[in-house]
Parts: sequence; structure tokens; C-alpha cells
Amino acid sequence: MKQTQSILRQFSFLACLLAATRVMAQPELNVYHTVELPGQAKPILVSMSGLTGEAATTLQFDLYVQGFAFTNTEAAQYLISGSNNGNLEARVTDPHNKSTLVSKAYSGGPLRRQVHAFADDFVQALGRKGIAQTKIAFKGENSPTSEIYIADFDGHNAQAVTSDHSLVAAPCWVPGHLALYYVSYKLNHADIFYHDLATGARRAFARYGGSNMSPAASPGGREVAMILSKDGWTDLYVCEANGSDLKRLTKSPQDESSPCWSPDGQWICFAAKEREHRTLCKISPSGGPMHTIATGGTPSPTEPDWSPDGKWIAFTAQYRSGFQICVVPAEGGTAIGLVEGEDPSWAPNSRTLAYARRRGGHYTLSLLDVPTKQVKDVSRISGISSQSQPSWAK
Amino acid sequence: MKEKKMKLNKFANLLVFGLVLVVAASGCRKKPVNVTELPGARPGKITDQGPGGTLPPSQPMTTEPGPVGGQGGIVSNPANAHEGWPEDATILKPDTVYFDFDSSVIKTSEKPKVQAVADYLKNNPANAVRVEGNCDERGTEEYNRALGERRALAVREQLAGLGIDPTRVDTISYGKDKPVDPGHDEAAWKQNRRDDFVVLSPPK
Repeated sequence: MKQTQSILRQFSFLACLLAATRVMAQPELNVYHTVELPGQAKPILVSMSGLTGEAATTLQFDLYVQGFAFTNTEAAQYLISGSNNGNLEARVTDPHNKSTLVSKAYSGGPLRRQVHAFADDFVQALGRKGIAQTKIAFKGENSPTSEIYIADFDGHNAQAVTSDHSLVAAPCWVPGHLALYYVSYKLNHADIFYHDLATGARRAFARYGGSNMSPAASPGGREVAMILSKDGWTDLYVCEANGSDLKRLTKSPQDESSPCWSPDGQWICFAAKEREHRTLCKISPSGGPMHTIATGGTPSPTEPDWSPDGKWIAFTAQYRSGFQICVVPAEGGTAIGLVEGEDPSWAPNSRTLAYARRRGGHYTLSLLDVPTKQVKDVSRISGISSQSQPSWAK
Repeated sequence: MKEKKMKLNKFANLLVFGLVLVVAASGCRKKPVNVTELPGARPGKITDQGPGGTLPPSQPMTTEPGPVGGQGGIVSNPANAHEGWPEDATILKPDTVYFDFDSSVIKTSEKPKVQAVADYLKNNPANAVRVEGNCDERGTEEYNRALGERRALAVREQLAGLGIDPTRVDTISYGKDKPVDPGHDEAAWKQNRRDDFVVLSPPK
């Protein structure tokens, strides 16, 4: 109820804002500015002319996964035009108030990079955060081994970070740093490694007895939450990035898994079991009681990820029929099921999610624009049978 | 917010190696107003790509025993407790313990197998064992990794109850990464929900 009210409040606020800013626009255009409730927003319609081949497909991908859809010039709210003979030149105009939002030419770098930069320029001109030049990390599996990879957010330009011919799991970017934590079985033991991507150096970060699992770096990168079994149960622990000051936050023979952080660093959210029911919980990194995050009875929530704007928690729900990507307001409430999939990771724009989708026994990575539910698969690495556990660089 | 922005900026700089904005003066089509230079930089190169990024020698790997008797559970062995010990996965293969879906409870039918492992360890007092917890493919990846570890811990606890010194028992979880049967039906799944036993003998 409270949540509905808050959504309504949000809606009326946006409606006022809309009325204030779009007084001169024709009323039917307002449909493009509806409130962005997960799964219910309409895409912003754009048209494109002059771009061809890879430039056109790259731009379509970039914008589609950020809530845009392509149409003809008459129906479009923004017109994109340009050319890509050699370098990219492109502009965006708003035909209704006859303004130019972006007009630029790009040089240097491959064409894809130029298009990504233009996509960011456009999205930023609308007051949003662009994601077209961001990176993702993920696990690439070729049974019986797996390696950690990083790639552009659309899956292009993938490179292997490890080549251990062992098993790896759960890559996690350190926010604001060119570095990853991940689990590696290289030393015949489940250990957490820290890998500096700028220098290539890495070190065993957590190598306690038992299994060391599911690392999650805090927003500033100064602390790391993880699941350890060193004390005989699988519990949630946190320590400093230099490995010191290890604290045990839960003490229960029940399962805890998949920690993530709130963007203000005040909470660690994780999947837990309380009174025989699986729930999402949060706990302060300095300890204290566990708080349940209500998900409206969604079955077996796991793999939470807190949006960078602090408003939503995305997670995986396990139905009889399969797995669903869901989002719930961070304070708890009614969860909204979006698409079939697992292990969501938010983009820096707090609206696009990377997630893993099962196809037979393998995973592929997809991107989901949460407000519009628009989905695209990311490019796959040839020769890698399964790609999963995405972590979006923030 | 500002701090966050700065970090993002820093990150962007690392990734792009400086996005240089060149402002040209002319407005004609051939010489556009704003030119954004994009040097073809890759993200921070991985220098230690070689044979699997070995650990730098300056970072010796240490283990910490952890607080003794952490509330309720048995303290796990240090990671290197049996490092370099020759392994044999065949000796106790018939004693692989199977589990019900999403459960780490040792079923009555499986208890004689744990007893057999205990007997082996009693008869071979120099040897140790690694219990490897595994799951079927149905759970999510990290949930299964924790579940596999609980399956291994459950057997270690039972072995301790049968008089085996838990410092002779290592645990590891592979989650769903090491199925014995790659199929996608219950026949395969029930083979995959298991604890394998690997015998470790002291190096000669």
C-alpha cells in the first residue's frame, strides 16, 4: 500500500514536471514520458537515417537496451542522422521544438567506439547516464574448465583475464577501479583472488580453510563481503580490502549466499533462509541484526544486486517453471517479475541489467532495459559454450 | 555524489585513455563543429597473461586458522593443510554420498557410506580425505556453491561424530561446476547431488 502511494507520488511529481516542461508540446507526445515503472514504460521513439552497416546496428543495440525503439521519422520524438564513411558524424534533432541535441563528428578508434561515444552523447543530452562505453566481466565456461573474461557491455572485444585451465566463479568489479575479485580453484581450493587489470598482478585475497565464495566489493572498494566456511558453516563475512579486520556477520547453519552492497555502503544484502523460508536480508557491515527485505512471497529469491541509485534490488526468483529476473523496491515490497533469467547485475544507469539466460545446459548473457522490458543478447565469444555471472563495471 | 562522479571519471579515463575533444571552428558539413577524438585504446592491458597469472612472489599466501571453535561449527583446516599430498579419487568412490534436491541432510540410506569412510580413515591413520560437495544444475550458481559446501560440511560433522579428527577432513564445494552426468533430467540430477571423497596421503 505504502509502495503504491509512493509510486503514485512519484507519478504525480513526474506528471507535474512534465506539464511544466512540455507545455508547448502536442499532448499525444507525452506518452513518451510516462513514469518508468519496471516493465511498464514505453520506449522513446527515434528514427535513424544515413548510418549504415555496423554503425547502424551498433547504435540500434546501444539505444535499444537503454529504452529507445526505432520507428519512422513521422512517429519519432528524436531524429538521428549522420554518416559513417570512414569516421562517424551524427546529430540528434528534436523535430517538435526544432532543436539540435547533439551534433558531432568522431575520429580515432574503431567505428564501434565512435558509435558508442555518440550513443552516450545522445543519452547524456537527455539527462541520463550513458552506458555504451562501459565494461562487463563474466565467467566463460568450456567444460570442464572456466575462465574470467571482460568485454564491452555489448559483449564485443572480449578478452580473457585468466588462463588457468581451472574453474573460476563470481567475478566482481571493484567500483571505481580497474580490478576484479573472483573465485578461483587454481590452487585446488576455492579461494578469492584480487586481480588488478591495469598491472595484471593478482593475489590470493581470501584463502581461509573450507570454501571462499561470492566476493562483493563495497561501493568505495574499501571492504569486501564474502561467504566463508572457515568456521564450519557457510556464513557471511566482511573484511578490509587489505584483508585485515575480518568480521563474521552471520552465525547460522542455514545458508547465506550472494552478498551485494547498498550504494551508500550502509548495508550488505544477501540471500538467506529464515524460519525455513528463503528471503533476501540485509545487515550492517559493522554487524547487528538481520533485516528481512520483503519480496511479496516471491519463491526462493537469490542473487540480489542493489541499483546504483539505491532504489531497487534486482534478484533471481526460482519458480517451478524456471528462473525469473525480478526487481523490488530496496526497502522491500511487491516484487515485479520481468523476464526469464538469472544473476542480474545493474548497469551504472540504474535501468539496464545484464543477466544470464539458460539455453539447454548453457548460459548466454543478455541485457534488459528494466523500465521497458526490452531485451537483447550480448555478442558471444566463439568457442566458449557458456557465459554467465555478469558483473557490470561501475 | 561528487565523489562518485570523480571515481567514475577516473575509471572512464583509465578505460578510454583520455577522450580528447577537438573543437573545430568551421560549421560546414565536411568540417564538423565538434570532433571527438577516440584513440583506439583498449582497457588496461593484462600484463600477467602468461601461463595463468601466477601469484607474484611478493605476495606469499598465508592462511589464518580463525577463531577456535567458531560458534557451533567445526573450524575448517587451513587451506594448505594437505598441500602437495598425492590424491586418489578411486579408493572411496563407492562411498559417494547422494543428497535430496536442495538438501544437505545425510539420508539414512547414505549413512553407512559415511561410516565406511570413517572406517577407512581409522584403518589408515596417516591419510586424510577431501570431501567435495556438488549440486545438480537447478539452483543458481552461487547458491549452489554454498549448498555444495554445506553438503561437504555435513559429512565432515558426521565423520567427527564417528570419532574422526576433523583436521583430517578438508572440504571444498564445486557448486554445479562438476557434474558427473551432463544430462538435464532427474536421472542425471540425482547423480550430481553428491559428496565425492578424495583420499590424501602424506608425501613420501
